[in-house]
Amino acid sequence: MHRINLVKILSLLLLTVTISVNAQHDAQIEGAIEEAHVEKDLKTEIKEYINHHLLDSHDFSLFSYEDEATGEHKYIGAPLPVILWDGGLQVFSSSKLHHGESVAEVGGNFYKLYHGKIYKTDDEGTIIYDEHHHATNVKPLDFSITKNVVFIFLVGLLMFFMFSRMAKKYKKNPLPSGIGRLLEPIILYVRDDIAIPNIGKKHYKRYMSYLLTIFFFVWIINLLGLTPLGVNVTNNIAVTLALALMTYFITTFSGNKDYWKHIFWMPGVPWPMKIILAPIELLGTIIKPFSLMIRLYANITAGHVVLMSIIGLMFIFKNWIGSPLSFGLAFALSLLELLVAALQAYIFTMLSALYFGSAVEEHDHH
Amino acid sequence: MTIPNIVGAGLIVIGAGLGIGRIGGSAMDAIARQPEASGKIQTAMLIAAALIEGIGFAALFAA
Repeated sequence: MHRINLVKILSLLLLTVTISVNAQHDAQIEGAIEEAHVEKDLKTEIKEYINHHLLDSHDFSLFSYEDEATGEHKYIGAPLPVILWDGGLQVFSSSKLHHGESVAEVGGNFYKLYHGKIYKTDDEGTIIYDEHHHATNVKPLDFSITKNVVFIFLVGLLMFFMFSRMAKKYKKNPLPSGIGRLLEPIILYVRDDIAIPNIGKKHYKRYMSYLLTIFFFVWIINLLGLTPLGVNVTNNIAVTLALALMTYFITTFSGNKDYWKHIFWMPGVPWPMKIILAPIELLGTIIKPFSLMIRLYANITAGHVVLMSIIGLMFIFKNWIGSPLSFGLAFALSLLELLVAALQAYIFTMLSALYFGSAVEEHDHH
Repeated sequence: MTIPNIVGAGLIVIGAGLGIGRIGGSAMDAIARQPEASGKIQTAMLIAAALIEGIGFAALFAA
């Protein structure tokens, strides 16, 4: 009994420390940036920092500072590979781009990083603007392994090894061991409370692998967004679009006769209504995955923006009331974000299961 | 951000807040009446809240 309590307390402590380190770390980054340009307006500085955090980047950098002796920007982090298609495949390291401070020459072409995107330029790195201050330079097709892609791969690998090891252990012994003790209740929850009630006992097994994958992927990657690494994959709308598209395709391709009948020729209503209902129902099939995409993206983005704005308050107040207040709020909000991370994974899985269920449901005829 | 945008965003938040508040309140009532069905009620509540939230966010992006 004592041991269990000790474990509980220890894990709670560990959780608290991780979160506060997270907050401190973000604060450190902001501090470093703030000291670098004191002359710049503090509010725009914080806004720029938040916007930068929300974007994907071509390198993995933890923080940057200005060298006092040389006045140069130093970045702590690692470069990532850049893959461009520009008449031919161009592969080079993102360290050549120098965070947009200089021009990279690769195979006779010149590239420059400008606001997170790679443009083709001349040898001096001139960016030409139109009247709306948008760059008009040629943008080569960008297949780079960016920060988001790296973390998607990492989570994929982690899940692959974790779950295949778990599966092997279950073959030897039906009792869970190791990480299985933590994950078995969650997997059973996905099966018994998400899959079976929504899809039905007859068909649920076909969809279990997808539902479990999507649940753990979204959950782990949301949790990673709360670490000091500055990863935020699910607030990239392209990622959530891909996830929602998978649900859309699975729903569409597993739709049975009844599913399509209920879309195009709703039984049990007078015929003029059938004509009105068909386009609405057809639109509904697209709106469902669209709302899945927006929900995940907007929840995570909103969480990150609010969290970082509250941390940014510390630098606006700069007194002994403001800092603890902002720290306390950031701490409370981080705890809430832990809940949101799991809740969004649950909602995504739940609604996917609901859509699959509607696609395979068999109706008794009216 | 222009003033109509800000007012629109405010209206959206009021609407979504009222909607989710009603769902939460009704779920509380239902759980108080039938505590044994709390699991099912919670699931239904979360789904309904998530749907409203999704529409709210979609409108916020449009605003």
